[in-house]
Amino acid sequence: MKHREIAIIGGGPAGLAAALRAANLGARVLLIDRSDYLGGQLIKQTHRFFGSKEQRASERGIDIARELAAGVTANEKIQVMTEATALGYYEDGVLLVEHHNKITAVKPDRLIIATGGAEKNLMFPNNDLPGIYGAGAVQTLVNVFGVKPGKKVLMVGAGNIGVIVSYQLLQAGVEVAAIIEAAPRIGAYWVHAAKVVRAGVPIYTRHTIKRAYGEQEVSGATIVQLDENLQPVPGTEKDIDADVICLSVGLTPLTELLWQAGCQMIFVPELGGNVPLRNEFLETSVPGIYVAGDVAGIEEASAAMMEGALAGLNAAASLGYTSESLASDRKNVLAQLAGLRSGPVGEKIRKGLAQAML
Amino acid sequence: MLAQNGIPTPADLAGVLPPADRLAQGPVAIAECYQNIPCDPCYHSCKQGAIREFIDINERPQVDFEKCNGCGTCMSRCPGLAIFVVDATYSDSEALVKIPYEFLPLPEAGETVTAINRAGQAVGEAKVIRVQNTRVQDRTAIVWLAVPKELMMEVRHFNVKGVR
Repeated sequence: MKHREIAIIGGGPAGLAAALRAANLGARVLLIDRSDYLGGQLIKQTHRFFGSKEQRASERGIDIARELAAGVTANEKIQVMTEATALGYYEDGVLLVEHHNKITAVKPDRLIIATGGAEKNLMFPNNDLPGIYGAGAVQTLVNVFGVKPGKKVLMVGAGNIGVIVSYQLLQAGVEVAAIIEAAPRIGAYWVHAAKVVRAGVPIYTRHTIKRAYGEQEVSGATIVQLDENLQPVPGTEKDIDADVICLSVGLTPLTELLWQAGCQMIFVPELGGNVPLRNEFLETSVPGIYVAGDVAGIEEASAAMMEGALAGLNAAASLGYTSESLASDRKNVLAQLAGLRSGPVGEKIRKGLAQAML
Repeated sequence: MLAQNGIPTPADLAGVLPPADRLAQGPVAIAECYQNIPCDPCYHSCKQGAIREFIDINERPQVDFEKCNGCGTCMSRCPGLAIFVVDATYSDSEALVKIPYEFLPLPEAGETVTAINRAGQAVGEAKVIRVQNTRVQDRTAIVWLAVPKELMMEVRHFNVKGVR
């Protein structure tokens, strides 16, 4: 059994930020990620991020991932375990980790869960045809492995992910036939939307996919307009040829470990599904277990980094580590998070978080 | 409408365009940013102090057209690729439109490209005058297009000929 001061599960933006902040306060950290690299979804984000200077706005996710990962790897207080899967958390506070076909038991004094989110699916006839992907898979193919998923894509969902992945597909030389969105408004930042529209991709709001068609693989989809009550309008069906249908219909927190640990959970649609109740220190109802990033509620990567920083600071501080600037660092992160969430696009998050506080 | 189809309306545009007398004086930045989102790199990038400081990070950029000299530094820092520079004084018949561009292949100076409007429609041809693509632009190249003056507020994208 290994004893560790802080174990962090997930090496994405939240986990990396948490590790750095906790280690900088002096805590010894074990960072666990199931991939063979650090950075999580950041390593696919070739676009510039929004936000403010402190949150590294205007920098690209790929560059932020590289820098955070390098900082973590170089920090002697942080032990990194990649290709390691956290299998379970037990009543006695023991975490089981599978690493290179070996099971290791870790007993951390504090646990930060930063497991992120998973993509939601959409039900429609023939949605199991080859060629129908989640947006995350398409982004991995294109931006990590340099593989085109097909020639012509129908994107379902006009949130930030759907619109950004469409843009990145265009950059890779893949045609995007259209982006359809069931809601009456584009969910993505409008500047992102404007960028793909001027590059020739139409966005159809109030439209959904009625069915996909194709024999061995997908060759297209019938889309249909929706009325105010989200009901299909008869006679508005239209066929779109595509050899890829890309689903970008939202994310949901990856909370299995939190359930196992007995954290109090609550279903909050605004945050993407079941999320842990947490206090202002990002500590859950189980003392010593903290959350940060999408697992605590689906948001942007910039918010995940800020939450990670906060959880890292708080977990280390609860072990007695401190610095002269601890109070002001904490205040600064909180102020930045509040700023990110303060505008009209943050309304949903604010509403969601208000329901998830302990 | 932007919220429905991603295309700004003439009314949206009217709110961000510089006045005619300022356009007549030379290059100037136009921030085609219509939504209150948490984002402020344009303010931090402007060495002229021509973008008003954000009190709240969700404010929209306010360009002081008198202070702006059209240098275009902000263009490569805007995550939305929403800032353009227009120089209405380029020649008697043509204006210069500087466009942030992240596609390959990049065109070369002297090349003729298909000029595209905000709706993704071809509206004519444009001549590439210069391509800025150094470390400063950090992979968001700035392409200078000479377009007929009447299209200077229409052209916001282009296609390299022979490339889909």
